[in-house]
Parts: sequence; structure tokens; C-alpha cells
Amino acid sequence: MSSNDSLILGGRAFSSRFILGSGKYSVDLIRSAIECAGAQIITLAVRRANTNTTENILTHIPEGITLLPNTSGARNAEEAVRIARLARELGCGDFVKIEVIRDTKYLLPDNAETVKATEILAREGFIVMPYMYPDLNTARDLANAGAAAIMPLGAPIGSNKGLCTRDFIQILIDEIDLPIIVDAGIGRPSQACEAMEMGVAAIMANTAIATARDIPAMASAFKKAIEAGRIAYLSGLGRVLDKGADASSPLTGFLSN
Amino acid sequence: MITLNGRAVDDANGLSLAELLARENYVISIIAVACNQEVVPRAKYNCTQLADGDVIDVVRMVAGG
Repeated sequence: MSSNDSLILGGRAFSSRFILGSGKYSVDLIRSAIECAGAQIITLAVRRANTNTTENILTHIPEGITLLPNTSGARNAEEAVRIARLARELGCGDFVKIEVIRDTKYLLPDNAETVKATEILAREGFIVMPYMYPDLNTARDLANAGAAAIMPLGAPIGSNKGLCTRDFIQILIDEIDLPIIVDAGIGRPSQACEAMEMGVAAIMANTAIATARDIPAMASAFKKAIEAGRIAYLSGLGRVLDKGADASSPLTGFLSN
Repeated sequence: MITLNGRAVDDANGLSLAELLARENYVISIIAVACNQEVVPRAKYNCTQLADGDVIDVVRMVAGG
């Protein structure tokens, strides 16, 4: 693999292709999870602050890690835009993961509102990474709206069900000239590896790590799987035979001849 | 009356945003504020006067995916 195989987002180069979520586990484990994941980008959320609260999650995140605030809680584009602006005011920088969700049962993204929010925030200089249901038309709209990457779901958020939308993600990989990052649903390192083998640019995972028995160790397993999948993709996967077999050892010079 | 994070606050009219946040014991370094859905830069907390009907949202970063 080339040493300059970087993930480029908003003009910035990342050597890691694992975007780690910080939700659902102790903040005390965030630092070791980041280190074991080799992650350079971590997601965060914006929520109402309680009075007297002094806890600052940013103190648990090592220097140099890029913060990727999400707009979770937004039910439309307007709310997503407001959350993104607040995140920037909180010192998170210009990266933002757009999440617009009004379906509370399956937590599926609202693609149309996501396009609207992307257009507004990209115009304001944000590096916009929209979470979306894998639909080619929407992905094209997001690209035209100024998205820096496209983040299709593999399965419902937090489900750990894997690549349920595999064929549709493949269409995005084939047709969209932006990094495709699978966000949501990836539950196992093998599923992350499979997505990387397909040619996705990166994996975003949270629940798979957060609900593992050993969080840092699972972060490490994902790191290795994502790297393996990337190398496999760049190496060009071997062909598959429709029928029959193809011996790997010579078919001449047998001892019995 | 103003609304602070969804809670009615009766005696804030005429206060500056900075005074309200101090009175409510917010830690300024870890919060961001929107007034009537517009982000208020930290440098403007002192000169932002609260008026009847204002809706204030005070937020911070938390863990999330």
C-alpha cells in the first residue's frame, strides 16, 4: 500500500480511515479507545447544558484529534444548521456531520432536509459530512450542495446489523466522486473490512465498540479490519469462478505418472 | 419572562446575557449560547440585553456518535 494513501476531507489528509464515535461509553475510556483505534477523527454531540456542569468532554480527547460534531437531535434542516453553528462556537472547528432525523422508531435520516442543511452549511465554510440513506439521486444532490463526503447508513443506527444496504452503497462508490463513508449499522470488524474491500473510503463506528465487552480491544480489532480491507481493495480482489475449480498447484509432474 | 433551556425564568428582563449565565452558574468556557435561535458569540454576552419573550438555549459538547 502506498504510504501516501490518505483520506482527504475538506482539504485535510488523514492516514486513519476509522472515524470513532464517543457515545454510549464512559468518557474515561475515550482516550484509550482513540489510541487503540488509531482514530484521527472523533464524533461528538451538542446538547443542552445543565447549570453547574463543569464536565468538559474535550478534556478527554487527545491533542490533534479532529472533532466531528454531529447534529443529532435535529428534526429539520433549520435545526441542523443551528446545531452546527453552535458546535463551531464551542470550538469544534469546521467539520460537521449532518444528521436530520424525524423518524424516532428506525432513526432513518431525512435525505431532503439533509441536502438543504448541507447546502447552507457548505456555503458558510463548514466541511459537511452528511449522514444519509443510500440513494444515488440524493448523493448527487449532496455532492452538488458542497458535501465533503457522503455517509450512507449500512443499517439502522445502533443496530450492529452490518451492511444491509450493501448493493446501494456500492452504487454510491461507483458513481459519486467523493469519499463514501459507511456510518451506522456496522457491528463487527469483518463487516467493516467487507465495506473497505468494496471501496468505501472510511468507516464510522460507535455502538459496535461501545457495546463490546472490551472497548479498547474492539477498537483495535476494527482498526486492523479497516486497514486490511483497505489494503485488499487497493490490491484488487482475486476473481471468483462462476463454476468449477482452478487448481493452485501444477497439474503436471504428479508422482504417480 | 424569558425561556432558558425550556424553563420559564421570570426575573431576567433587563439582565445582560452574561449576568444571566453567571447567576445560573454556567461555566462559560464550555458552553455556547443561542438567543432566539441565533448564535451569540462569547464576546457579545456582556452587551446582549435580555428582553421579554427571549428564548435562550445554552449547550455544550457531549459524547455522541
